[in-house]
Amino acid sequence: MVEQRLSSVFVRFTADYGMVFVLLSLGAVFSLTTARSQNPGGAAAGHLLADQILSEVPDNADVLIVVGETILDTRFAEVLAQDLDQGGATVLQVVQGGPSQVRQTLEEIASRGTVVDVIACQVRQSRYRFIRRPSSALKPLADARVMVPKPYFWPDFLKTSNIRAIANRVVVIAIIAIGMTFVIITSGIDLSVGSLIAFSAVVTALLIRMGGAAEATAGVMVLSGLAAIALCGALGAFSGSMVTVFQVPAFIVTLGMMQVARGLAFILADSQSIYQVPESFTLLGRGFVLGIPNPVLLMLMLYAVAHVMMTRMTLGRYIYAVGGNKEAARLSGVPVRRVLLICYTACGALAGLGGVITASQLKSGEPNYGDMAELEVIAAVVVGGTSLSGGEGKVLGTLIGALVMAVIRNGMNLMNIEPNVQRVVLGIVILGAVLLDKLKKSGWRLPRD
Amino acid sequence: MVASPSPIPLLSMRGIDKSFPGVHALRKVDLQLHAGEVLALLGENGAGKSTLIKVLSGAHLPDGGSIRIQGEDPQITSPVDAQRCGVAVIYQEFNLVPALCARENIFLGQERTRVGFVHHGNEQRSAQELFERMGVTIDPEAPCRTLSIAQQQVVEIAKALALSARIIVMDEPSATLTLKEVERLFAVVRELKSQGIGIIYISHRLEEIFEIADRVTVLRDGLHMGTHPIADLTRKGLIEMMVGRKLEEDFPKRRCKPGGERLVVEGICRDGFVDNVSFSVHASEVLAVTGLVGAGRTETARLIAGADPCDAGTIKLDGLTLAVRSPREAIRAGIGLLTEDRKAHGLVLVHSVRHNFGLPNLSWLSRLHWINARRERDEFARYVDSLQIKIPHQDQLAKNLSGGNQQKVVLAKWLARQCDVIIFDEPTRGIDVGAKYEIYLLINQLAAEGKAIIMISSELPEVLGMADRILVMHGGRISGEITDVSNANQQDIMQLAIG
Repeated sequence: MVEQRLSSVFVRFTADYGMVFVLLSLGAVFSLTTARSQNPGGAAAGHLLADQILSEVPDNADVLIVVGETILDTRFAEVLAQDLDQGGATVLQVVQGGPSQVRQTLEEIASRGTVVDVIACQVRQSRYRFIRRPSSALKPLADARVMVPKPYFWPDFLKTSNIRAIANRVVVIAIIAIGMTFVIITSGIDLSVGSLIAFSAVVTALLIRMGGAAEATAGVMVLSGLAAIALCGALGAFSGSMVTVFQVPAFIVTLGMMQVARGLAFILADSQSIYQVPESFTLLGRGFVLGIPNPVLLMLMLYAVAHVMMTRMTLGRYIYAVGGNKEAARLSGVPVRRVLLICYTACGALAGLGGVITASQLKSGEPNYGDMAELEVIAAVVVGGTSLSGGEGKVLGTLIGALVMAVIRNGMNLMNIEPNVQRVVLGIVILGAVLLDKLKKSGWRLPRD
Repeated sequence: MVASPSPIPLLSMRGIDKSFPGVHALRKVDLQLHAGEVLALLGENGAGKSTLIKVLSGAHLPDGGSIRIQGEDPQITSPVDAQRCGVAVIYQEFNLVPALCARENIFLGQERTRVGFVHHGNEQRSAQELFERMGVTIDPEAPCRTLSIAQQQVVEIAKALALSARIIVMDEPSATLTLKEVERLFAVVRELKSQGIGIIYISHRLEEIFEIADRVTVLRDGLHMGTHPIADLTRKGLIEMMVGRKLEEDFPKRRCKPGGERLVVEGICRDGFVDNVSFSVHASEVLAVTGLVGAGRTETARLIAGADPCDAGTIKLDGLTLAVRSPREAIRAGIGLLTEDRKAHGLVLVHSVRHNFGLPNLSWLSRLHWINARRERDEFARYVDSLQIKIPHQDQLAKNLSGGNQQKVVLAKWLARQCDVIIFDEPTRGIDVGAKYEIYLLINQLAAEGKAIIMISSELPEVLGMADRILVMHGGRISGEITDVSNANQQDIMQLAIG
């Protein structure tokens, strides 16, 4: 008895959270394979190096800061100078530029006979030959101590920047996958979402351009985005009504819609990129709140809403019922057509939102956005455990599915695996996920024919 | 006629034992079948009949026991083995490909070929011979989807004969047949019997057992309760063997008298199915609607319940005319339909029993679209108790229940809905005797509450035993009404049903 209960708990746990397990294992594998010595950069490195200098060299040290040209380098130099100033050290000069430029400036400083106690720089600069073994022209600098921020051991995979990159990549797919989960649970499919991304991005950018281009106000941008989402919702509703009223298979309807929306995007954009949008338009796609990217917050909120809707509200129950047995649902008083219409409309609108986020992330609207995105979205839903035959699936499973696909892709990028090999692997992952799901449902036995 | 037992039985299953996780389905069950005999296999749902048949057909491997066919141990480990040994099972749901013709279905997987090509003429002749052997005429080239259910059944039997089956198992063969078709089926069965084929016949209809069977084997809770020649048994004794308790009467008495008119149907039509049907149902009345399959009974019920659109006619409930365009509106108006086909129309099989229960009831189990999960759980628990639904927990999937328990879940969901008019379409089809009685009690209880009940049924004893009034349909019309039920008999109804 106890044994049976334990095994049933195990079965239910693996059924509900098996993919979480896969996700965590993948994370662990990629963390191990990409672990290496890391050189800190940016503001964090500035703070770190300032602390090092202030604790290791006497007060009132004269420090020369040597950095490269990137934004991160500038930030590093700023923070470092500020911290050193506050700590009582003197920053003689910030030398910024490429090797030859740096050398020239250093020679000038040396020729003035300035005494330098510390040369603070990044690892890259510390390896310049003229800093490692100063030539005669740089003799006065030879006594200076070269200090770099201490390197640390950490996986590339777990770097904040990498996690953010995964999040930014996954966010559009994951948001659309919510709508796709609804549709697939009703045993339908929506192939038009990839094209709707492009359509929505183009419409948003176009409306912003008409409403003031680079000088457009926040109100114009919000309205443009909402209009694009509403239009995509309307296209979704159109697909939905074809499926419900005329009973055309969803595959065909949305295949047609996929062409219509892509074509419209190219026509509206005149096959051009529409980039006349204000800088502030990127707030949605690139902004942060409390260190979390805005689209990720939005995505999490949408998943929370969808999860609650599917598990606690009548609409969710109806969606499952329509997918599980349409006729039984209808005879039990479920408004089947309305439910289907809502699902396709939601899927279209969420694809529209995905398009607006894409446009914001890339600061332009182009008609070739979201190419093949529908397949990525469907893969996320299927890997997340939703059955294509309908009636079964979980919204949170889809989020996990999207993350699994994104993490595998990212991990392979970090490991420098060739793009074509990546495709093969991702394809095998989809096949494996579906196979596992089937086996799980048949009690780990081969199904009989 | 009882076939004289030959020294070696055609089939001998001894001490068959089979367990599933949590269920001991078969406990040392014996079964013997002789050539040229019809053995009825009886038992309530869940008694182990299906499991025993699946062991015989190689779908399940037994945990213990032996199977001998004509004294030899054939080592049945797969359906193919069973087929090779001459065992054929004809299930309730046929295994025919609808788009292929009768001939192609009969020889599916064992095509008669000549240098790699299907030898049509040869197959056609053989098919004709097989049909002749059974004394029926069916066009071998007719696609199976155009054949009637009875004809499809004959094609299934022909398929078994083409595999030179010596043991044919028929699982509820009469469940979807009309009386006339059942008689024709029995003629076929007798024909097969005379050709030395052993038949295991599973049915819930005891009248048939007494008509066709030579001996009866009864199972109860996985145990072999005994095997007797049919001549030694009475109907009552047989039921007692199956349910293990004494049954006072087949149909419970109802104490309430019908009240005023509640549902009034006037001239409803659906082109090709229902032709100008008018009737009324009173409060506390059980109106039975009967007739042959295809008479338009289910179609009429679907019109009233909003499942199909009416071409003409009006439906009034308590004096108010209803414009019912969907089941949703009908349910809101107070009309509930318990469909004939539980699996296809009554339940979402892949969902839990509780969710199935909640489906028509969410409007009152929720507030502002939020489902009150605790209330749903409590309400369902109440019905599980009162209907004695056997489920391990409320999250059990509907597909894992026996037929009787599935029907009880369907009942629970509609009882909770508190409809004023309840239409039962074949409420006891495929349900064992004990559970049938409980459903009759429930129908009476609903009638006592003043509800108007329509009961569609093909089982005439049930119609006569339960109804206050009987409507008989034929060809989409009402062909007759019997108000004095206590003095009516099955012949009267059949006269009207044949039209």
